[in-house]
Amino acid sequence: MQALWLSVRLAASAAAILLLIGIPIAYWLARTKWRGKFLLESVVALPLVLPPTVLGFFLLVAMGANGPIGKLWVALFGHTLAFTFLGLVVASVLYSLPFAVQPLVAAFESVDTRLLDAAAVLGAGRWRTFREIILPLSVPGVITAAVLSFTHTLGEFGVVLMVGGNIPGITRTVSIDIYDHVQSLEYGAADRLAIALLLISFAVLSTIYAVNRRVWIPWPVKRGE
Amino acid sequence: MALKKIFGKTLLAIVAASCLAQVNFAHKKTVRVAAAADLQSAMPEIAQAFEKQAGTSVEVLYGSSGNFYAQIQNGVPLDVFFSADSEFPQKLEESGFAEPHSAVIYAIGKIVLWMPANARCHPQQDGWKCLQDAAVTKIAIANPAHAPYGMAAVAALQKAGIFDAIKAKLVLGENILQAAQFVQSGNAQAGIIAYSLALSPALQGGKRWIIPVELYPPIEQTVVVLKSAKEKAVAQEFIKFATQGPGREILAKYGFQPPAQ
Repeated sequence: MQALWLSVRLAASAAAILLLIGIPIAYWLARTKWRGKFLLESVVALPLVLPPTVLGFFLLVAMGANGPIGKLWVALFGHTLAFTFLGLVVASVLYSLPFAVQPLVAAFESVDTRLLDAAAVLGAGRWRTFREIILPLSVPGVITAAVLSFTHTLGEFGVVLMVGGNIPGITRTVSIDIYDHVQSLEYGAADRLAIALLLISFAVLSTIYAVNRRVWIPWPVKRGE
Repeated sequence: MALKKIFGKTLLAIVAASCLAQVNFAHKKTVRVAAAADLQSAMPEIAQAFEKQAGTSVEVLYGSSGNFYAQIQNGVPLDVFFSADSEFPQKLEESGFAEPHSAVIYAIGKIVLWMPANARCHPQQDGWKCLQDAAVTKIAIANPAHAPYGMAAVAALQKAGIFDAIKAKLVLGENILQAAQFVQSGNAQAGIIAYSLALSPALQGGKRWIIPVELYPPIEQTVVVLKSAKEKAVAQEFIKFATQGPGREILAKYGFQPPAQ
């Protein structure tokens, strides 16, 4: 139970941070005319194709006492970043980055540019246009981004195994706990946790698909058209 | 039509090639070996020597013994299992997954307290005190839930009476190799690892202290022939080679104490 709660906390922290940094990145990607944009798009998509062990390995080396992040971190806080909850949050943010940014870019790009032109003609600044037109029209995309990064982090295994260190209550997430139970042949305990994880993931995903398909509408969505 | 012909010919070629490959492989016998993670240094040399002498190829997988134990019970097709303890092989014999009476102790494992060369503490002189140093915030061991070297580390820490004091600093590697890698990469400042790993090229530059053997139950590393073994005679031959033949010297060279004969 402790592991499940830890995973939920980790996933929620990662999703919140991903929205904060994902929205500006996605907005820039959706609006820029820069020819080199494909480079940033590729970087964002990398965690989709790289095996988690590669990401975990890079993080482990970078966060070690001789690595660039590790040196800075030890100087600031007196301990290394690996094997801490914060270390896992950092890893999860990188790991789930495409799951936040890609739905956001799609949502921002689908906003009718005529509305943006109209807003500009009527004297709205970029910030106001974003706040009052783009963001409200992109609500389903924002929710998809939040939910996908949450669920993806919830199921994270390889990266946590590489940089977590399996500390109960701090880095022993539910996927690691399940793995340990299986290793120790405690199939009953593994079963219970696995089913709990399955149900949570299914509940979260079906809620989001229901909302996006407008099976029911929990809040009034202002449509542009 | 032409396309179909080309497709047909390609298919034929692939089938023929794979048949040929089968024939080729069937020629050479293969021993598939599951080896405890601490054998990563010694096993390649043993396998190579055996391949040369017997003309049999040896495929080795490394991992935590508990991990292999679970896999074997679920039917992974392997021939020989070099465990890091005696309990897993014994249980496999009892449950019928290993050949009865095939278990042989091949080495007595030792654990060491390992710290990087630039650590301010000297485990050789200060022993356990190094773990209570404020500069040591994380101590890597293998997961005691399923890795024998992790169990030995916990037993030694408890016997030394400092387990509760340093419990909060422990980080668990999935196997003894990962524990070593945590401390070698500088993410942990100390680790309790296999003596054989401390002698490996990546770690031999560090500071180490061989933990007194009376502090933990002897790590009697045991090997068994598995029930699923296809070539049981070859598997037996490999075990004999590793425990009595030239393998014994290779193991000793890599820091494994040979069992009393």
